[in-house]
Amino acid sequence: MNYKLDHQMFWIANGIFVGLLAASLTGLALARIVKSEGGQATVANLNARIRAWWVMIGIFALSFMIGTGGSMLLFAFISLLALREYVSLIGTVRADHRTLFWAFFVFTPAQYFFWYEGWYGVAIILIPVYAFLFIPTRLVLAHDTTGFLDRAARLHWGLMVCVYCISYAPALLTLNIPNYQKQNAKLLLFLVMIAQLSDVFQYIWGKLLGKHKIAPAISPNKTWEGFVGGVASACALGTGLWWMTPFSPLQALGMSFAITLMGFAGGLTMSAIKRDRGVKDFGATIEGHGGILDRMDSICFSAPLFFHLTRWIFVSPHPTWFH
Amino acid sequence: MIRSSFFAGLIAGGARLLAGPTVRWIGSKPERRQRVYFANHTSHLDFVVLWSVLPPDLRRRTRPVAAKDYWQSGLRRRIAVNVFHAVLVERGARHPADAASAASQLESARFALDVLLDALDKRYSLILFPEGTRGSGEGISAFKSGIYHLWCKRPDVEFVPVHLSNLNRILPKGEFLPVPVISHVVFGPPLQLDETESKESFLKKAHEALDALGHA
Repeated sequence: MNYKLDHQMFWIANGIFVGLLAASLTGLALARIVKSEGGQATVANLNARIRAWWVMIGIFALSFMIGTGGSMLLFAFISLLALREYVSLIGTVRADHRTLFWAFFVFTPAQYFFWYEGWYGVAIILIPVYAFLFIPTRLVLAHDTTGFLDRAARLHWGLMVCVYCISYAPALLTLNIPNYQKQNAKLLLFLVMIAQLSDVFQYIWGKLLGKHKIAPAISPNKTWEGFVGGVASACALGTGLWWMTPFSPLQALGMSFAITLMGFAGGLTMSAIKRDRGVKDFGATIEGHGGILDRMDSICFSAPLFFHLTRWIFVSPHPTWFH
Repeated sequence: MIRSSFFAGLIAGGARLLAGPTVRWIGSKPERRQRVYFANHTSHLDFVVLWSVLPPDLRRRTRPVAAKDYWQSGLRRRIAVNVFHAVLVERGARHPADAASAASQLESARFALDVLLDALDKRYSLILFPEGTRGSGEGISAFKSGIYHLWCKRPDVEFVPVHLSNLNRILPKGEFLPVPVISHVVFGPPLQLDETESKESFLKKAHEALDALGHA
């Protein structure tokens, strides 16, 4: 199933453009106002992030124009880059080589292919079940039992997070929602916007008011003030954008809340992995942001839940309590 | 020439996509000076990645040095010679005990040096792997002496150590299918050498400089 670019999409695109322009101008102004050395560094990082946002949104828009296939390709590519960062960071041994090849070049394309073909039943079990069974089997064939379970588990976890979970985002395009045909692109945009803006709002609120740290041992920059302010702002925005989704305003609020909470869980979990490996970022692919996985951590966790909630409530026969 | 630089760009782009190399220059800059870049060797991708992270104008003036016995045939040769303009040289003694061939090996080593000097005289920079063969990625093996003899003949050329890591994870020795892993390329300061440097102290300095970059 495909989608068309309607007038709502036009207004959303304009909104994003104006929003980014405002961010760029604010960044420019801040660079002139802020004089302290620490502040300068923060502003420089902020401006690098904003510049990267222009690029990311440009790529996203381009893939949208190509259609479902374009979005699938984009997210497949993102999955590959994310998995590359993950594998680089966790470390693998020589005996993992051929299993890694399967993960990158067989399971990843297959996962997106099945979503693209609309084979829901295969797409939701390919990695949780079949890759889960395949990985240890292929590792056994490499005749190296050192840290066997550890290696198998790490690889499977990487596939789950970087490929399976991320693939739920473009999978939104395949949902057949009554009275919302050919409009699913806006649903994907809704997820990406709320998840990313929640991160941005948490960052801003944290910088402005942040005092009480949530988890200093894991992510020193996450504060209660940032968390509450960010989630509230993102939920308010999500509620205000209900018209671009098949949801009512109240449902849009609930969905936004789910996305932001899962996104926060994702950010925290990925931070724990980074701390354990002794690094700050997963990579340096995106200027100012770190790696792809640093930007995708919230999507990884929120996409599956958002997909299933939407499908459960709006595609399948409604549960009885819903009416 | 245009076609080969197109393919070189294509292969370099592919290598960058696969290896996503992070690049650091410590104590040297990507300048238009004649240099011998010497690096640790763990993968076939080494020279492609090292070459691909140089700025385009330096790439055109930089040629990898590759072993003739390995890169001589078919597709390999076409990639090495036609695309990357590799300087092919005979490899040093593999079986030093084999006395009968010692004389001919000395002969071929002289010839290899001449080939390199010839490339330097044409103002090219070189990419060299002084270990002579690919290692496992754990530690850097002892250097062959060719790089010392090269310096003796051309002491005015800068010898820049380049440490490569993770490339052995992308395409380890003995594998033919690559896996994408982020790699790291660190360029170090040019070797500081005395005119009177002996072979042993030259090789020791060069080895230590490269080893130190691995921990930088």
